[in-house]
Amino acid sequence: MAMSGRDLRMRRGRAVATVSATAAGLGGCSHGILDPAGPVGGAERVILFDALAIMLCIVVPTIVATLACAWWFRAGNDRARRLPDWSFSGRVEVVTWSVPLLTILFLGGIAWVGSHELDPAKPLAPPVATADAKPLDVQVVALDWKWLFIYPDQGVASLNRLVIPAHVPVHFSLTSASVMNTFFVPQLGSMIYVMNGMADQLNLQADREGTFPGLSGHFSGDGFSDMHFDAVAMARSGFDAWVAGAKGAGPRLDAAAYAALSRQSTGLPPMTYGDVAPDLFEHVVLQHIPPGPGPEPASPPKPRAETDAKLDPKAGG
Amino acid sequence: MLGNLTLAAIPLDQPIPLIAAGLVGAVLLATLAYIAFAGYLPYLWREWITSVDHKRIGVMYTLLALVMLLRGFTDALMMRSQQALAFRSPGYLPPEHYDQIFSAHGTLMIFFVGMTFMIGLMNYVVPLQLGVRDVAFPTLNSVGFWLTATGALLVNVSLVVGEFAKTGWLPYPPLSEITYSPGVGVDYYLWSLQISGVGTLMTGINLVTTILKMRAPGMNYLRMPMFCWTSLASNLLIVAAFPILTTTLAMLLLDRYLGFHFFTNTGGGNVMMFNNLIWAWGHPEVYILILPAFGIFSEVISTFSTKPLFGYRSMVAATMVICLLAFMVWLHHFFTMGAGADVNAVFGVTTMIIAVPTGVKVFNWLFTMYGGRVRFDTPMLWALAFMVTFVIGGMTGVLLAVPPADFVLHNSLFLVAHFHNVIIGGVLFGGFAGLSYWWPKAFGFRLHEGWGKAAWALWVSGFYVAFMPLYLLGLMGMTRRMQHYDDPAWRPWLIVAAFGALMILGGIACQVVQIIVSIRRRDELRDDTGDLWDGRSLEWSTASPPPAYNFAVLPQVHGEEPYWGMKQTALEQAHLSDAPHYEAIEIPRNSPTGFVCAFFATVLGFALIWHIWWMAGAGLLGAFATFVAFAWRDRAEVEMPASEVARLDGDNRRARADRLAHLEAAP
Repeated sequence: MAMSGRDLRMRRGRAVATVSATAAGLGGCSHGILDPAGPVGGAERVILFDALAIMLCIVVPTIVATLACAWWFRAGNDRARRLPDWSFSGRVEVVTWSVPLLTILFLGGIAWVGSHELDPAKPLAPPVATADAKPLDVQVVALDWKWLFIYPDQGVASLNRLVIPAHVPVHFSLTSASVMNTFFVPQLGSMIYVMNGMADQLNLQADREGTFPGLSGHFSGDGFSDMHFDAVAMARSGFDAWVAGAKGAGPRLDAAAYAALSRQSTGLPPMTYGDVAPDLFEHVVLQHIPPGPGPEPASPPKPRAETDAKLDPKAGG
Repeated sequence: MLGNLTLAAIPLDQPIPLIAAGLVGAVLLATLAYIAFAGYLPYLWREWITSVDHKRIGVMYTLLALVMLLRGFTDALMMRSQQALAFRSPGYLPPEHYDQIFSAHGTLMIFFVGMTFMIGLMNYVVPLQLGVRDVAFPTLNSVGFWLTATGALLVNVSLVVGEFAKTGWLPYPPLSEITYSPGVGVDYYLWSLQISGVGTLMTGINLVTTILKMRAPGMNYLRMPMFCWTSLASNLLIVAAFPILTTTLAMLLLDRYLGFHFFTNTGGGNVMMFNNLIWAWGHPEVYILILPAFGIFSEVISTFSTKPLFGYRSMVAATMVICLLAFMVWLHHFFTMGAGADVNAVFGVTTMIIAVPTGVKVFNWLFTMYGGRVRFDTPMLWALAFMVTFVIGGMTGVLLAVPPADFVLHNSLFLVAHFHNVIIGGVLFGGFAGLSYWWPKAFGFRLHEGWGKAAWALWVSGFYVAFMPLYLLGLMGMTRRMQHYDDPAWRPWLIVAAFGALMILGGIACQVVQIIVSIRRRDELRDDTGDLWDGRSLEWSTASPPPAYNFAVLPQVHGEEPYWGMKQTALEQAHLSDAPHYEAIEIPRNSPTGFVCAFFATVLGFALIWHIWWMAGAGLLGAFATFVAFAWRDRAEVEMPASEVARLDGDNRRARADRLAHLEAAP
């Protein structure tokens, strides 16, 4: 029985894939949410298509009926039967209220179950083949205007490039250095807001290797359009090699380097940090490190310049 | 002396806003000069600027909305062309300019086009449909309009003096806080909306009072036309929701001006509180916009199907259910903020429940046409385009209400396509339907059909070409408010969307031509009957344009469709009811209070934006003095003698008699 259920799901998955391939074909090469690369994005696409299909069953007939009704009852049509005073029918009223009500009952169920199944904070079950794989922890900080990814267990960090192992659940803790943004890799699924002074939780997973564009969905100022990054899913061995290569190679990410980073800038090329100060993310969340300074005044007043000088020397190195 | 205001505030280095503002300024000056030299100034002052007649104020609201539509649409054209060009290149609008454009576009279109348009039509039509002579508080009505105009003026002043907000149409903190937005842009936004928001609240109170307390004899609640019901719901929402907006913006102002910490990152501020508060106003706001449009469509579909509205009581119930539920769904604007599954699920379901009464409305409009004699005049064409378009927009809205779907669609172009789908397809099409439907009532001549139909065709097809690609782009993962982008797959669709915007431009051009042509050829388009469309509610029982007092004698209402009933009775008896006994009518006196008050409010707002404290004091004092002077007035009304009323109504009755004869001749 379980097998047949899975077959059914697979068949539906294939049908969905066909539809989405057609839609993607319309848009040329798509990196969008219709081409998911992980279980979260995949499940969200299924919900999207299911909800759409249910509603189309009502919406298409309604549109056709509207146009047909208007045309058939046009003033010039002698064959139409006129009912100039017909303005109430209990039976019709029952239908007009129950059709949308039943649709919404059905959709409401999908929304309820889906909200719980796909709650961003809910840990993902690891795929059977790698059942021993413990989720990878990644800490995300949105800065003006770049993305910082800290790997606390590996002790490395990466700027504007997210590297994850494929087939391994990834647990993200996310915050912002200054204003609001959303962390969003369309092909992996769920986006989430990042805000200063608090941490959000998000669980995603890539089911295949590849490079998936990521970006911010919430406007965050002049450099917003440059706030994109590549999410690169590698085989476990490739990921381990990447960590090993990054370890000890790049500059150290400490409070001073972070302070330099939190100043407004765009277009920084991806880079890695070979060492990360312990609990840097927690210090950002708890505001032990002050929020990003925002736009620099055209001619900085004296005291401000002094503060900067105190932070600068290490950042330069 | 001038606070933060220096010559540097004028963006001499940016040619685009300067040229745009120069053009607007030149047109404005030329219009003013023409008015002054042609000697129209006293007429304008007497008959329009100081008028407290709800009809004049309604016309001015509508005119303001149409002018602001031109400004807001110019922004839209710039955004669409920037995104069409900015593939792997900076385009022609730098971010600091582009950001102002999308913020101004949203602010103008919601507050000064959508709301202003709907309030204009409600102001004009509701008292006429209720069979009364004016709104409850005529002078307050004038103050409300002029304060709205102040807000619109301040937004437009920001083009030339300083800058507008670069935060989006809702200034989410902490981006809108002084740390991250040190300029005057957010202050322009905040003070414009604080001032116009007071005006909107006054209108809300005024129309609620009018509908609840001033109906023609015999018109109980369940005999009110559908448009009055939806206006009531919309204005109840204004009264309940606008104080939330005012308070929220006041908190942000305190943060920015006095160093408070309501929404700051530090000092215990909480940005999520802003999100909750702004959407506790913002979601009812979309129903404030759409409910009057629903009312317009109900009137139009019933009139042009030559049938009563199907399921009237059901429609009333649906309207009031929407009015209540509007306050229970605000969280769906931020499902992605990390609330728990239960919270998201509850708000997803409540949001979907709103689709039930809305669906009922669509079905009832459909059954109104069923068995009718449908005439395809321009208002009805807008209504049909609405029914098709709105159903699609409603469907994508319910999709967004499913939290897991919203997790990937939130803040994408899919969302942008959705709300344009319902606001253009619902509110704007509603406004245009109402404009072409009631224009003959307001001016005594109809709008040119040919140009109207051309405008309709271009608007509707342009809408689909402009916004269907945005749905696709959202599915392709493009988020909103991008100044430039690198994904080659997005570009073709953005070019298609820009082409759609050009088609809408064609539609707007046709509307401008339509209005000019109709005014020039008003004699051949004239309607002497006062009942051009064979209407069913009371506004069609008086002359077009209606006299200042609306009704010579307050009509007696005996059923759901009072004027239709009167016409049927007259047809059966083959003559009009006997001439009534006329009495003198008290008409509210014109008052410059609104205009003067708004003048001082403009001074106050501008001074506060630029921290010119002495000027702010002067503005506040002036506004208060105006109010005191008004409070001490001696005479509030002028009397029109019964003989004059009888003479004016005689003309109207002769037209009615001709119409009756005409109807009898062609049964």
